[in-house]
Amino acid sequence: MQQEYKLESLPKTNAFSEWVKNNFQYIPPAFITLILLIGQFTYGILDSYVNLVVSIGTSVIAEIILARTVLGTTKNLASAYISGISVGILIRSNVIWPYFVTALLSILSKYVLRYKGRHLWNPSNFGVSWMLFLGSMNVAGLSIQWGSNLAAMAVIWTLGLLIVNRAKRLHVTVTYVISFVILAYVRCLITGDAFLAELAPLTGPMYQLFIFFMITDPPTSVSTRKGRIIVVILVALVEFVLRLNHFIYAPFFALCLVGPVAKFIDLKWNVPKAQLQKT
Amino acid sequence: MKRKAAKTVAVVMFIALLILTFVLSRNNPSSGNDIVDSQQKETSLKKYGFYLEPVNQVAGITFKHVCPDVDPKLDNIKMQIASMGASVSVCDFDNDSWNDLYFTNSKTGSRNALYHNLHNGKFEDVAASMGIADVNTEGTGVSMGAVWGDYDNDGYKDLLLYKWGKPELFHNINGKRFERVTEGSGLPGWVNANSAIWFDFNNDGLLDIFIGGYYKEGLHLDSLNTTKIMPESFRYSNNGGRKYLLMNMGNGKFKDVTEEYGLTSTKWVLAAAAADFNGDGFPELYVADDYNVDEFYLNDGGKKFVEEGSAAGIGRIPKSGMNASFGDINNDGNVGIYTTNITEKGILIQGNNYWQPNSEDMKNNPSFVNLAQISGIENAGWSYGAQFGDLNNDGFMDLYVANGFISAKKNTSYWYDYSKVTGGNSAIIGDAKNWPDMQGKSQSGYEEDKIWLNNSDGLFEDVSGKVCPPSTYDGRAVAMADLWNRGVLDVIVANQNNIPLIYKNDTGNTNHWVDFDLQGTVSNADAVGAKVVVEWDGKKQAQIVTGGMGFSSQNQHRLHFGLGKSNKIDEVIIYWPSGYVDKIQNPQIDKLNTIKESK
Repeated sequence: MQQEYKLESLPKTNAFSEWVKNNFQYIPPAFITLILLIGQFTYGILDSYVNLVVSIGTSVIAEIILARTVLGTTKNLASAYISGISVGILIRSNVIWPYFVTALLSILSKYVLRYKGRHLWNPSNFGVSWMLFLGSMNVAGLSIQWGSNLAAMAVIWTLGLLIVNRAKRLHVTVTYVISFVILAYVRCLITGDAFLAELAPLTGPMYQLFIFFMITDPPTSVSTRKGRIIVVILVALVEFVLRLNHFIYAPFFALCLVGPVAKFIDLKWNVPKAQLQKT
Repeated sequence: MKRKAAKTVAVVMFIALLILTFVLSRNNPSSGNDIVDSQQKETSLKKYGFYLEPVNQVAGITFKHVCPDVDPKLDNIKMQIASMGASVSVCDFDNDSWNDLYFTNSKTGSRNALYHNLHNGKFEDVAASMGIADVNTEGTGVSMGAVWGDYDNDGYKDLLLYKWGKPELFHNINGKRFERVTEGSGLPGWVNANSAIWFDFNNDGLLDIFIGGYYKEGLHLDSLNTTKIMPESFRYSNNGGRKYLLMNMGNGKFKDVTEEYGLTSTKWVLAAAAADFNGDGFPELYVADDYNVDEFYLNDGGKKFVEEGSAAGIGRIPKSGMNASFGDINNDGNVGIYTTNITEKGILIQGNNYWQPNSEDMKNNPSFVNLAQISGIENAGWSYGAQFGDLNNDGFMDLYVANGFISAKKNTSYWYDYSKVTGGNSAIIGDAKNWPDMQGKSQSGYEEDKIWLNNSDGLFEDVSGKVCPPSTYDGRAVAMADLWNRGVLDVIVANQNNIPLIYKNDTGNTNHWVDFDLQGTVSNADAVGAKVVVEWDGKKQAQIVTGGMGFSSQNQHRLHFGLGKSNKIDEVIIYWPSGYVDKIQNPQIDKLNTIKESK
């Protein structure tokens, strides 16, 4: 997950909005930190602070070094912070090395897997998907953890929707949620399981991170609103297929498969536009 | 140019990490059962100093566990709900100095079995004639486990049967028969319990009872009027059954002092064990909880319990606690607690815990450190019961862990379906009707039990499948006992919906050993809570007499110490629950020493 939102398109209304506009890049990191804090202080979701520190530290240090050495520039570290914190939350392991490796792979993917000067994969989506795909003895994902507190969930959803709305990505989140709900219903008709069982994952923390951070990530999403809607529907459809084939981490894999292809095509067909949007 | 070089380095590093992680993920250290051939026993004896031979048929043990019936409303997840009930407890019920075995059954109308040791290698089921077979009758619930304790100090161990139903107390009449004395004893009317132990929490010389509820006590799982019976969260559930602390009043009656003593939480209890960890002479209570953190209750002078799990380091990470058993793995006189959880490759890696006391001031500030990972006893599978015991008499405690949740259709898995609901909101996970139909799928099924050999350097070696023929039953309860009075620990494993495994241990070595059977006089007659410390050859091993530990299990009453090649013990110190301390210099080895508490 990495957020590098555009600032120009935010509406000017008052001093607060102006302040938000000028500092919007810090809102997503603040929001993901808030999710973490709510989870931690409500339930103690982190098994160890060390894991989180390792993943954030690795992401940030890797970003500093790679930006300077590979691109010859310095980058705002908000996106690396989000990548690190996402890895720290989404990966579950009893040992420390997976947090280091996943964070490093995530940031490296940003500098290695590029096309026309842009990275194709959402960094933490790549790192987390790879590690979960391997299905090793040391790594699992955040699939059946966290509590079920409605109040905490309501706060996260409300704030999340406000922020993606502010970032002009509400259509992405809403399209995905609608697609998921419809396809969950179709799945329940196919599998015979209760509709609520198919809907259940959407109420869990893994999806809260997925729909507010990963699928809305501007640098790896396509340049047009219509294109983004089509892409997110495709992500939901691929996830639908993966779910029917019992992939527990279907949303990550779906985005990992669809997102880069869409971005590649977008860059190929809309280079000038993409370049204009370069952040 | 520099940027190009940096890019190249980044690409190389990226590819190297992909390759490295791929290779590491293919390496499965828990391969367990490798090669089984005719040389297996010989190799095992030579390499590990013991071999476990299943002898059910020879021993005449034909018992087979049958799982409980559940309300048809739970048919979609029947296999999951009915996944417990196989238990084993060891007891010498007739005081003939030979260990007998009691197995519980769980289908309504099924019979429990009491296998009397005939001293000739064979056992005979005498449960019916003794009056403790037909205990799963309609309307009374079904058995989940049993623990033995001499609650009236008459010298014979009595039977506490806990069920998903009405707990029952049977008084042992001179080892000749059992008399049901439940009515009027003060036992609760109905508990959906998977755990109970005997312990003397106030050291008054009378054994008290702890019963831990799993499902809420208001539910009769075979006749429900709701499907909202499931945990409210996979990690933070507090909607399980209540606990029962029953104080022995000395007249065959027990008083419910649960609230007064502060055991009011309603987590989903699966195991309990008690021992004095802070040295004040009163036993602490360790409770292993499913769907939440475990609990550690400090005993405040026998007057109340205070839950200090989080402060002590034990109750911080929620897992799926299914076992609590004691062992001194380092021979430093410190007894630690082993708890089991779930490890499913790539899906859920909780890992088991070994909590070693590590505070300089255990009395006022008890704390524990988890040594399971560093000791190599962390990842077993979907684990239930576990017991420590020196299987090759080399002087170090080894570990047996029962594994496997549901073995149904092969090459199927319910894990995906399970992950859908367990990640959902409480309104979804808490209602069984929302859970996907299992359709005969397995979940962590066909897992091999783990056997870890203590290599004496703080590290355990996985010898699963190398020291016994392969078996992949769904293991539940584990007990260790010397079944044939040979000075070795045999292993008994109760398997869900299947036959138990009676492993006769062939040590094939000349290592020495010593056993102690304690009899309290001032303390409770069973000496439950007593700690025995044996010092020899620079080693110091501590063991505790318990009234049940593990998962739905109870080991033999006597304590067994392997001594390796040493033929001399320096000193044995016995800390009785009464506070008395007995010291024995140079006790006889290679024999069972019966020790009566000095007054």
